[in-house]
Amino acid sequence: MSIVANATGRVLRSRLAASLASPHGVDRYLELVNPMWAASEVRARIVDIRREVDVAGHPPVATITLQPTSTWQGHRAGQHVQLGVEVDGARRTTRVFTVSSPDSKAGDRFTITLRANPDGVVSRYLVERAKVGTMVHLSQAQGEFVLPDHVPDHILFISGGSGITPVMSMLRSLQRRTHRGRITFLHYAQSPDHQIFAAELEETRRSGYGIDVHLLHPELGDPALSPAYLERLVPGYRDVPTWACGPAPLINAVQASYDGSEALRVEYFKPPAVSNGSAEGDIAFTRSGATAANSGATLLEQAEAAGLTPAFGCRMGICFSCTATKKEGTVRNVLTGETSSLPDEDIRICVSSPEGDCAVDL
Amino acid sequence: MTVTTEKPLSSKYTLTAEQLEQFGEEMDAIRQRVVADLGEADASYIRKVVKYQRAFEVAGRVMFYVPPLWPAAVASLSVSKILDNMEIGHNVMHGQYDWMGDPGLNSRMFEWDTMAPSENWKYGHNYMHHTYTNILGKDRDVGYGILRMDEDQEWRPYYLGNPLYAFLLMTFFEWGVALHDLETEELVAGRRTWAENREIGGRIWRKMRKQVAKDYIVFPLLTGPFFLSTLAGNAVANLIRNVWTFNIIFCGHFPAGVATFTIEETENESRGGWYYRQLLGSANISGSKLMHVMSGNLSHQIEHHLFPDIPARRYPELSVEVQEICERYGLRYNTGPLHKQLFSVARKIFRLSLPTRAPKDAPEPTVTETVLAA
Repeated sequence: MSIVANATGRVLRSRLAASLASPHGVDRYLELVNPMWAASEVRARIVDIRREVDVAGHPPVATITLQPTSTWQGHRAGQHVQLGVEVDGARRTTRVFTVSSPDSKAGDRFTITLRANPDGVVSRYLVERAKVGTMVHLSQAQGEFVLPDHVPDHILFISGGSGITPVMSMLRSLQRRTHRGRITFLHYAQSPDHQIFAAELEETRRSGYGIDVHLLHPELGDPALSPAYLERLVPGYRDVPTWACGPAPLINAVQASYDGSEALRVEYFKPPAVSNGSAEGDIAFTRSGATAANSGATLLEQAEAAGLTPAFGCRMGICFSCTATKKEGTVRNVLTGETSSLPDEDIRICVSSPEGDCAVDL
Repeated sequence: MTVTTEKPLSSKYTLTAEQLEQFGEEMDAIRQRVVADLGEADASYIRKVVKYQRAFEVAGRVMFYVPPLWPAAVASLSVSKILDNMEIGHNVMHGQYDWMGDPGLNSRMFEWDTMAPSENWKYGHNYMHHTYTNILGKDRDVGYGILRMDEDQEWRPYYLGNPLYAFLLMTFFEWGVALHDLETEELVAGRRTWAENREIGGRIWRKMRKQVAKDYIVFPLLTGPFFLSTLAGNAVANLIRNVWTFNIIFCGHFPAGVATFTIEETENESRGGWYYRQLLGSANISGSKLMHVMSGNLSHQIEHHLFPDIPARRYPELSVEVQEICERYGLRYNTGPLHKQLFSVARKIFRLSLPTRAPKDAPEPTVTETVLAA
C-alpha cells in the first residue's frame, strides 16, 4: 500500500471521520462515490474470469481474479474468504471460497478457484454468469489451514477434486519463496480432463525443483489412497508434515491412514444440509449447547420447550424482536409456507418451523 | 368539511367471527403475494432514496461554508434528516429490507440520524406499538404518556396543558421519542425497574452524545468563522424535521374517527381481529407522490399497520386493494388531505384538554364482541 493510501486510510478510520459520518459510518458514504473506496469494509472487483475445466455434462471450474479494496489485509496460503454477491432479485448471498493464488499482501490481487456446484447459488453465479467488473463483498481472509512460519524440509500435500485450491496456493507460495526442501504433491481427480491447473502442474512436474507431482485417477485404474500406497510413495509418511483437503470420503481415508498422527492437518467443506420435507430431525441451539428432537413447532416454541428464553415480541412475525441466525438447515415460514435452506440466515423464530435437522444460534 | 364524532357510533366490531376470519385471509393473501414478488425494483428504489439522502446531507453540510446559501443549506439538511428518519430509517428498522441481506439496510444493524437509539425504539415501536396498536393501557403511543388523546383516558387537571404539551413535544420531538423508551410512567407505577432502565438509559446517553457532538460541535467547528451560523442551521434543520415528523405521525392514529380498543375487547384476538384493529386504528393522508416519499409512506399508515414489514413503496399500490376490500366489508377507510387530518388532530388535542362533558354513549351490547373473542 502506498504512503498516500496509508495516510488516507488513517484519516478515514479516525475518530473525527467516525463522528462526522455518525450514525451510518464512513463506508456508507464512500461506497456511493466509488465502490472501490472503503475505510473498513472489504469489497472487490472481478477483473478476470477463466475457465479451468469444462467437461460437457459436468459442472465447470473457473478461476476468478479479484482486485480487492485497499482494506484487504492480505492472506496466508490455504486460507479462505467469505464472498457475498447479489443474486436472485437483489438478495446478497454469502459463501466461503478458498484463495488459490500465493500469499497476498494488503491490497494485492488474488484469485479464487471454484466449481459451479449444481445446487450452489453463489458458485454457479460466479462461474456461469458473473461478468468482469462485477463488485463482490468480502470478509478478511480466515482459517488456520496454513503453512507454519518455519517451513518443514519435507511436505506432503494430498487433495481431491476442487480441494486442490488451498494446497495449490501453498505450492505456489513455496515456489515463489524458493523453498529448498522436498514437496510431494498428490492429487485425485475423476479423469485427466477434470484436472484443475493441469498445465501449471505439468510444468511443475517437468521443471519444479524437488517437487514430485502425482496426479491420480482411480476411476481409470490408478491406485486409491491407502497406507500401503502412501508408504511406497513417501516412506515414513506418518511423520511427514501433511496438508490434506478434499471431499469427506478422501479425508476419512487420509485420517485412517495417519492413525491420529499430529503431522496431519485436514480441511474439508461440508455441503449445506438440505430439507427432507418433514419435521423429523434434531434441533441444535448452538449458543446454549442445548439440543432437542424436532417437534415441528416454531423454533421459538421449541427453544422455550428446551428451557431457553430467547427474546421475543409479537409472536406473529411482525416486530422482528426474535430475529436469530439460523446456522444451517431448512425452515418453513408458517405465514407464507416458503422454505429456505441458506446457511447463516437471519430468521424470525416465532414464525419459522424447522424441517429436518436445524442449527440456530440461540 | 365534515366533523365526525370522536367515537364510532356503532360497536367497533361490525363483522361476525367468520367474516373477520375471511377478512384476515384476504389480507394474508395480499401479504403473501407481495412478499413473493420482492426483488430488484424494491432494492434499487431504497438504494436510490439512500443516495438522494446522502447527497442532500453532504450538500447541506458543505453549503454552510457559503453564508448566503444558509437557507438552502438548512433546507437540504432538513430533507436529508427527514428522508433518513422516515423513508429509510423507520422502514429499514421494520425489517422491510432484511431480505436483501445488505448490512447497510438491515433492521438489526441500522442506526438513524436522530436521538433515539434504534435498539430502544424498535422495542417500543415494532413490538409494543405495532402489536398492541390503539389498545388503551397497552399501546404507549396513545398520547405518549404525556397527552390525553382519547376520551377513555380519564381527565385530570394536568390535561389542561394538553395543547402546550403537544407543542413542546412537537418542538423537541426527537428528544421526546428517545426519552419515551424510558417508560417513566411505568417506573413510577413500579412495573419497570431501575436496573432495566439503566441499560436503556445508557444507550440513550451514548447516542445523544454522538448526535450532539456531530450537529452542535464538530460540524460547526469545521466551518471555522461560521461556527454559530452552522450551529444554528443544524438546530433549525433538526427542528424542521421534528415538526414535520410529529405532524405526520400524529395524523396516523389521532384524527377523528380512528378507533381505540380496550384490553378486554382484544383478549384472544384472532389474526383477522388484529388486521381489523390495525385498519380501524389508523388513518391515511392523501396527497402527491412527493408527500408520500417525504412522509416515509406513513401517509399510508393503514397499509403500514396491516403490513409493517413490507417495503413502504408498495403501500400506494396496496391501498387500492385494501380500499376495495373495506368497501366490500363495509369498513371505514380513514383518509383525507394533510390539512384536514391535522385540523382534526389539533381539534382533538384542544377538546380533550377539558373534561368530557356529555356522558358517553350508553355501552353497546357486547354480543358481537363476544363472538369475536370466541
